[in-house]
Amino acid sequence: MSVSGSPVTGGPSAIPHLDVDPFAMNFFADPYPTHEVLREAGPVVYLDKWNVYGVARYAEVHAVLNDPATFCSSRGVGLSDFKKEKPWRPPSLILEADPPAHTRTRAVLSKVLSPTVMKQVRDRFTAAAEERVDLLLEKRSFDAIADLAEAYPLSIFPDALGLKPEGREHLIPYASVVFNAFGPPNQLRQEAIERSAPHQAYVAEQCQRQNLAPGGFGACIHARVDEGEITATEAPLLVRSLLSAGLDTTVDGIGAAVYCLARFPDQWQRLRGDLSLARNAFEEAVRFESPVQTFFRTTTRDVELSGATIGEGEKVLMFLAAANRDPRRWDKPDSYDITRRTSGHVGFGSGIHMCVGQLVARLEGEVMLTALAKRVARIEITGEPKRRFNNTLRGLDSLPVTITPA
Amino acid sequence: MPAITFIHPDGKSDRVETSDGESAMQAATRHGLDGILAECGGNAMCATCHVYVDASWLARLPAMADDEDALLDGAAAERQPASRLSCQIVITPDLDGLVLKMPERQV
Repeated sequence: MSVSGSPVTGGPSAIPHLDVDPFAMNFFADPYPTHEVLREAGPVVYLDKWNVYGVARYAEVHAVLNDPATFCSSRGVGLSDFKKEKPWRPPSLILEADPPAHTRTRAVLSKVLSPTVMKQVRDRFTAAAEERVDLLLEKRSFDAIADLAEAYPLSIFPDALGLKPEGREHLIPYASVVFNAFGPPNQLRQEAIERSAPHQAYVAEQCQRQNLAPGGFGACIHARVDEGEITATEAPLLVRSLLSAGLDTTVDGIGAAVYCLARFPDQWQRLRGDLSLARNAFEEAVRFESPVQTFFRTTTRDVELSGATIGEGEKVLMFLAAANRDPRRWDKPDSYDITRRTSGHVGFGSGIHMCVGQLVARLEGEVMLTALAKRVARIEITGEPKRRFNNTLRGLDSLPVTITPA
Repeated sequence: MPAITFIHPDGKSDRVETSDGESAMQAATRHGLDGILAECGGNAMCATCHVYVDASWLARLPAMADDEDALLDGAAAERQPASRLSCQIVITPDLDGLVLKMPERQV
């Protein structure tokens, strides 16, 4: 990849133009050197390949996330501008919405996924994690992605939502389409959308009230219709948000944590010595690997950001992963340290659109890492990890490991 | 700048200087106090910056919003009448001397 970091000379607000494609395969294979180039080129950069502005430093990413009136979501949080292009699916009522519309729908999902609700599902999630680790201890050698990072969330999340047993094989492919679709019109996006019809049909069907088991997250969303908080036509689309963003992301989060702990055995031993570090070990993996790498916003007015002037209607790409390793914000950013104070990382975003399912993700991560650390002495990587390519998500396709019982 | 005091569950206390416009949570994390986790980073989404406000100060704080109220029901440690989320307490000059007790646990 060729990278030219030289600023375009001219005005005082000259913004460096970079020849970087952050949606190319060779970028995904090793994004870190380019993240550094993006961060060091300036607080705001311009990517000629896709005609978008970019921010890769922590301060600017945080600022953009926390000014939703200027950097809006209703014109899409991918490259596609909903004002100019028809969205590939009906827009999300929460992710792709601005206040005041967003405030009402967000409140519903916040309640359905609240700390109080997490207390209720905690025992169930813990038991499933222990069961999964029992199975893995019998196998000893397995693929930590398929058999652990995917199998565990699949064993709890669809049930917690209240989905029917049939058709769940559509869930991960659907999420993969959603996150590829935030990217530019490259091969990943085009192919994902071309193959999406059966997955979309499944998801649309499952979001209907009669298909969701009583007591599940899905039924709880529909129950808010009776309270007058949302309409009957809005409820299925809010259930869709959980189907879109609640599974693949946690697969990549748990996969990231296991990959970190397998690569850094000193951190694994530290965790084994103090199980109360499990939750932060997961959180640090979310910072370190940033399963959600990027999101876009669209400017609603001319705005000056750290000395750079951005016009109205421009797309701004936020490099969450680069912000999470910005040395301006983090001490030894490239070290995975399970005792780090992780508060403030943007792996779940920040501000009004910060991941509404973050508590579910943390709970899954915490109980799985606790179950592993209780019973497993060593995790060894026994083959070349294979990367899974997606325009937005960073994760592995396979991670062959062998575990030794404690 | 106003200073506030955090009392740890073991009774020890830390007095910390606050910066302009920061929340009690931000002051605590900036000074590295272990008793405040703030997993969500101050977005009122996680209830891991729970504090018990000293009785003499409770009525002097601005009222809590509905989202804070709902989150406190899910806090890991027992909710008490003096419970607040420290990320929602912005330190103004009139809060100089505020005393906040940290609970046994945040998760």
